[in-house]
Amino acid sequence: MRIDVKKTYKLYIGGAFPRSESGRVYEINDAEGNFLANPSLASRKDLRDSVVSARNAFGGWSGATEYNRGQVLYRVAELMEGRTFQFAEEIAALEGVNFKNAKSQVEAAIDCWVWYAGWCDKIASVSGSTNSVSGPFYNFTVPESLGVVGIFAGQQSALLGLVAGLAPVLTGGNTAVVIASEKYPLPAITLSEVLATSDVPAGVVNILTGSSAELAPWLGSHMDIDGIDLSGLSKKEEAEVRLAGVENLKRIFRFNDSNSLARVQAFMENKTVWHPIGV
Amino acid sequence: MSNFEYALAPESTAILNIAPQYGLFIGGKFVDSKSQQFFSTINPATEKVISQISLATEADVDFAVASARTAYNKVWSKLSAAERGKYLFRIARILQERAREFAVLETLDNGKPIRESRDVDVPLSAAHFFYHAGWADKLSHAGFGSDPKPHGVVAQIIPWNFPLLMLAWKVAPALATGNTVVLKPAETTPMTALLFAEVCQQAGLPDGVVNIVTGDGSTGALLVNHPDVDKIAFTGSTSVGKAIARAVSGTKKSLTLELGGKAANIVFDDAPIDETVEGIVNGIFFNQGHVCCAGSRLLVQENVSDQILEKLKHRMSQIRVGDPMDKNTDLGAINSSEQLARINELANSGDAEGAERWSPACELPTTGFWYPPTIFTGVTQAHRIAREEIFGPVLSVLTFRTPQEAIEKANNTPYGLSAGVWSDKGSRILWASQRLRAGVIWANTFNKFDPASPFGGYKESGWGREGGRHGLAAYVKGGK
Repeated sequence: MRIDVKKTYKLYIGGAFPRSESGRVYEINDAEGNFLANPSLASRKDLRDSVVSARNAFGGWSGATEYNRGQVLYRVAELMEGRTFQFAEEIAALEGVNFKNAKSQVEAAIDCWVWYAGWCDKIASVSGSTNSVSGPFYNFTVPESLGVVGIFAGQQSALLGLVAGLAPVLTGGNTAVVIASEKYPLPAITLSEVLATSDVPAGVVNILTGSSAELAPWLGSHMDIDGIDLSGLSKKEEAEVRLAGVENLKRIFRFNDSNSLARVQAFMENKTVWHPIGV
Repeated sequence: MSNFEYALAPESTAILNIAPQYGLFIGGKFVDSKSQQFFSTINPATEKVISQISLATEADVDFAVASARTAYNKVWSKLSAAERGKYLFRIARILQERAREFAVLETLDNGKPIRESRDVDVPLSAAHFFYHAGWADKLSHAGFGSDPKPHGVVAQIIPWNFPLLMLAWKVAPALATGNTVVLKPAETTPMTALLFAEVCQQAGLPDGVVNIVTGDGSTGALLVNHPDVDKIAFTGSTSVGKAIARAVSGTKKSLTLELGGKAANIVFDDAPIDETVEGIVNGIFFNQGHVCCAGSRLLVQENVSDQILEKLKHRMSQIRVGDPMDKNTDLGAINSSEQLARINELANSGDAEGAERWSPACELPTTGFWYPPTIFTGVTQAHRIAREEIFGPVLSVLTFRTPQEAIEKANNTPYGLSAGVWSDKGSRILWASQRLRAGVIWANTFNKFDPASPFGGYKESGWGREGGRHGLAAYVKGGK
């Protein structure tokens, strides 16, 4: 009989896979209570390191051409497809759903990447405008990347909720710090292995596992985070994050739908440029 | 000083018909405030009292919100979008018809030159209503779904720097999208809002669709915290904006904010010098610098800074400071003694921190609130006058050597409302425009506004946009 080689689930920060600097882990069991893994219990310091990585990666990612970003996001879908079985096994074990259900969740997540990949170079056409001002000026409005976005991934699904939050943020050219589902963190780390090998530059996505409630106030008050997707945070903790986020006027939203242009637009700024027309 | 002597050219105030005191405009009528408390609004150029204005307290705010709610439920939400739009067209036309009256009253209450209220504030206000009137029945084409819904009752709080124009920026899109409004004008500049109430009456706007409550910060706070308000739109300082955001952070209320700025105006060494100097002057001295998007940080490429500063100083000595009602006046009165004190305090910090102050010789009137056009050179990024919004005719001058350095200095601020770029090179303008973290970029121009052009800031300059298709998002449910 062969003994399985089990994976150590670590954090994903700046393109590397460190353990939590705090040395903490927490136990994750499957739906029947059997031990699965000891993922890292991320600390405030891990969060701050993630924000530094995300900020450093912002210039390159937001400055890439939209065509390039679209190809990179499509590449994520390609590489996920090859790991469908692995994701589905993790989801089935964690959520206690059957393999078919788990597999369909993985497929939905892959299709979500494909949907957003195709948006990258169309946002400006749909969301921007040229504006008819009353005078000899050329005036146009373009959507631009917001910056570093904190994402509370959906708690109730191991993978789909995370991708539904992350993909639109990346589509808009932002970099992300993701707090994975607390109960179901393992596919988030497997996803980071996909991201690390699919041309997503290091630091563009940073994924933390651990306690949303513990990290929420630090994420809400961090002055170098520009926006927050609250979707995976409980209503109880939402008010505290919103209040803390006022300090630098973070753009804070909660979403119920996936595959939505509004999720991309929420984390983009509209810039209007004027220039005179003349000879 | 200039050798040209100008004859006096004062605009007559005979067109005005000002009552000695004003009530609140609620439910389509002027009503007495329940508190029967009044405050004076004064002409900042003469310190003479213009009228007594009602201070709306809790019962008044309740009444205004209830009137807006009733109008929303019973009338406004049932009207077809096309008919709704026609009311806005009517308002636009009446504003045009009464343009002179509005311009004179604005200058009287605010202190801005009549040339600006006449040529900018009032025509742009009418244009905002005309523009948004056309949106009312075309919202399904605006990118917010096939049938975007209004919030309901909208509370709007506006500043004193462009009293009528800010009213138009707020009221026009709110009504076009089907909301009803409770508006609070600024404490020091309520007059044109009260005259606008008459316009609503003349337009036959259904009672309660627009309600105007005058007062101070306490009135604004009552409005923000009122449980039956669905949405709040605020223009003003970043500190008050944050206080409002905190107050509503635990509620379902939707909020848009248009806050402060510390705009960089970047001059590259290939910029057309004369146009640039005009742009710098317009950027900081327009409306006495009481402009959130004012070009208050001049970043000049080092190799042309001497030349630019020499021309700028020459141009500044042509600026005519004085009676706002005179059609030749360029720089009017500071809006209030409080604002004058703030400008003085910050400018004095510039002296204390080692920057070098310069103003042209100019005689200031002995009554009223005045500040000469002023520049500080030798300013560093650490100086308060390079970091804090002065909101007055005071320009801080910094230099840079490389384009990259210019962008870094320009973006080194928590604000992100606007920026200017001056260069003859198209690719450089687009390069800089892409990298400046600000919501409005004026390239080879400055301080241009239009109802079709979205306006609003990045970072701590606010949430959302006003104007254009993007501005409608603030007033429809789920708008992003």
